[in-house]
Amino acid sequence: MLRLHFRPCGNYRERYEQEMTIFETDFGRLWMGVGIVIALGVVPFLASPYMLYILNNMAIAAIAAVGLNLLIGFTGQISLGHGAFVGVGAYAAAVLATRVGLPFVVAVPLAGLVTALVGMVFGIPSVRLKHLYLTIATLAGQFIIEYLLVHWESLTGGAEGIILPEADLLGLRLVSDRSFFCVLFLIFVFLTWVAVNLVRTRYGRAFVAIRDNDRAAEGMGIPLFRYKLLAFGISSFYAGIAGALLAFYTVSITPEPFTLFLSIEYIAMIIIGGLGSISGSVFGAVFITLLNESLSWTAEFLMNTEALSRVALTIAPLREFVFGLIIVLFIIFEPRGLAELWRILRASFRLWPFAY
Amino acid sequence: MEFFLQLLINGMALGFLYGLAALGFVMIYKSSSVLNFAHGELMALGAFLFLTLSVWAGLPIPLVFLLTLAGSFALGFLVERLFLRPLIGESLIRVIMLTVGLSAMFKGLMLFIFGGNLHNYPDFLPEGLNLRFGAIQIPSVYVAAFLMGMLFLGVFGYFFKYSSQGIYMRAVADDQTAALSLGVHVRRVFALSWAIAALVAAMSGIILGIINGINVHELSAIGLKVFPVVILGGLDSIGGAIVGGVIIGLLESFTGGYVSPSLREVVPYIALVFILMVKPYGLFGLVEIERV
Amino acid sequence: MDDDILLLINNISVVYSDVIQILKGVSLSVRRHQIVSLLGSNGAGKTTTLRAVSGLLKPENGKVTEGTIEFDGRPIQNAPPEAITRMGIIQVLEGRAPFKYLTVEENLRAGTATRWGQPFKKDLELVYHYFPPLKARKDRQAGYCSGGELQMLAIGRALMARPKMLLLDEPSLGLAPLLVKEIFEIVRRINEEQGTTIVLVEQNANMALQLAHYGYVMENGKIVMEGPAVDLRENPDIKEFYLGVAASGALKSYKEVKAYKRRKRWL
Repeated sequence: MLRLHFRPCGNYRERYEQEMTIFETDFGRLWMGVGIVIALGVVPFLASPYMLYILNNMAIAAIAAVGLNLLIGFTGQISLGHGAFVGVGAYAAAVLATRVGLPFVVAVPLAGLVTALVGMVFGIPSVRLKHLYLTIATLAGQFIIEYLLVHWESLTGGAEGIILPEADLLGLRLVSDRSFFCVLFLIFVFLTWVAVNLVRTRYGRAFVAIRDNDRAAEGMGIPLFRYKLLAFGISSFYAGIAGALLAFYTVSITPEPFTLFLSIEYIAMIIIGGLGSISGSVFGAVFITLLNESLSWTAEFLMNTEALSRVALTIAPLREFVFGLIIVLFIIFEPRGLAELWRILRASFRLWPFAY
Repeated sequence: MEFFLQLLINGMALGFLYGLAALGFVMIYKSSSVLNFAHGELMALGAFLFLTLSVWAGLPIPLVFLLTLAGSFALGFLVERLFLRPLIGESLIRVIMLTVGLSAMFKGLMLFIFGGNLHNYPDFLPEGLNLRFGAIQIPSVYVAAFLMGMLFLGVFGYFFKYSSQGIYMRAVADDQTAALSLGVHVRRVFALSWAIAALVAAMSGIILGIINGINVHELSAIGLKVFPVVILGGLDSIGGAIVGGVIIGLLESFTGGYVSPSLREVVPYIALVFILMVKPYGLFGLVEIERV
Repeated sequence: MDDDILLLINNISVVYSDVIQILKGVSLSVRRHQIVSLLGSNGAGKTTTLRAVSGLLKPENGKVTEGTIEFDGRPIQNAPPEAITRMGIIQVLEGRAPFKYLTVEENLRAGTATRWGQPFKKDLELVYHYFPPLKARKDRQAGYCSGGELQMLAIGRALMARPKMLLLDEPSLGLAPLLVKEIFEIVRRINEEQGTTIVLVEQNANMALQLAHYGYVMENGKIVMEGPAVDLRENPDIKEFYLGVAASGALKSYKEVKAYKRRKRWL
């Protein structure tokens, strides 16, 4: 039965299930459906390859960011190794595709599982360690994985990296940005759907309980070890999928992108988007990808302008500066991120012209 | 044997520098429980300030020393005032993320101004500091590093253990509300700890610069290497910072000499993971006292 | 204004987080060199009153929205705790709040923050004189001390500041009756020998009224009764509801106590 009425003015929720609904009215659900149809049916045919390229990068970043938000925003375990886990996913997919010869459909989820396993290994200290110490342990994980990617040459090909075969989806060749867009977008929607629903289950509630007070959570009968490890596993699984998709999309991979800076980029995404908000992670991914693109676009523009090409070289480091600045500004002025801004915006539209 | 001794000396000197770098880090942690991910950048800022004043402005070295220390002190104060004060009382993850953001900001800024290449200081240490034991020679920079490290260790050990201001700082770290109730100026303590930490960071940055020359990337990497050092020594132990530094330095030096030079950079982190598995609060860290 | 009055709270309201009103027009005055006790059940607003005086409302996101607090004739409402403590008001927090990782002596030295740089040796001796057990434990980490020692430490730490006025928040919390007696006796001596004015918040009404010169009773954020401690001790309502003694002197049974709804008119 459809409830196509407008939003009630006030909170009329009476039962717990009503608090847990994702869409308060069916309008929300309707808009969601319309959005997906437009994204799949219209966008690929109207957008230029360059725009599709940006959209694809957004989708990949969003998958990884959602995973990281499950770990940091919902479970409260700060990880500085997410960039490396994305790298593990990328290399796992590459190795599975080249050495074992697995097709795209098998290699990607398998890469996710491999990464989940690696993530859990680095998550083991989380049981004994609290906040700060755990953060440092993940920092160590980042450096160790970075090192392995470069120096385990027999597996990773060292600094030269690996070139992947063409991706094909059940006989369909995925070569253009357009075909990739459809696949990436569907995977992104699916994984986001999983994440949104995961946080509504007992697992999600256990994560939040651990974040808010792990001692109390343990007292209520939540096995900390299992749930923290699970959070690490799930988060790394998302990272692995994102990495695998990245590997197939960019065709050739090197250890270069998977540095600490990438980890920081993901953290910037979820902070700017909003900690503990799935939609926030997506906003953050979109924001950072656009920022990245516009920064490199500016640099390129200056490069091509004769007189300014020297300036362009010197402003390259400013990318890092801008990143840092944005993180700092968001933390100080809007700690709940874009998701909160979006909520305020929507609320003011809905309630206009009344103040509340 | 000679190779071994040379590695030993190099490792000790390197370790002392790590320990020195870790001192400033521990300083902030002790007074405000903040993990400062921007520590390497604070070191680099001090080192580059020294470079600017000595090479580019051409001032005499003792004056440059004083100016750099004063400048770093002011910088630490400013950083606390501008960025950390609005976050007093916020959750820890925000504060940590803020320092991550700060580190990216500073690093970008320095790369923009100074570029990513190696810069060298003018040679100003007296020759007489060179020590010689048979075939083994200890360069004067190492001796200077060692002496400075000992000096700082003594001064800070004394400061925290016996001076009233040091006790107030530890009190704030322990229980902010109780410290407030006794009239400890908590905000001033935070500002002071950042200022002192920036000063110590600048000091260690300069010593590193004297030995190796300075480079933004390298200094910020050392800022992260502080983590294995302080974990080894315990996050809040000043003596532990130096001991941890020496252990990590030796580990690096011997791994680089006997195993493989490329492994050298990660071996501190591998050690870190092992230590955390075995002794979660480090070798010298305080065991959490929990009473209900 | 009476020169003899050290602290004058005039009709204050305290609101937490801009919405939760805890104090609704509390007025009280404390004379120099006296012990004033503030009684009331849980949630009556005793601790909030103390925090309003000591300036520790701010960390809890609370504010004095109306009324004035005067100390020595100067207004101090909503002043930062650094300023208030330097005027000579030190609060001993509920639950004692020791610096766990500092030794006992370092804890005491932390109490000198309001007069940094001045000699403190004599004050240490004074504290050890009042609390001999602390001397025996002076190099031990406070986290490992017993509850009674911690209460002594908390009071001693406050004494190090040479306060004009001490605000004691439930010093008897969780202590054995004999120990409570001992600590109250020391509080009395401090008041008599040092001339320190003391505001004492207590659940243990019996002990508090024996110690104090004057008393206030709070309910629901208001002062509902006040008077010299001797009078309060003899007041039949106080006797019945706080001291648990019936007019005949025997303990009342629960059934009879239930009658308080009818009799407790001030609510």
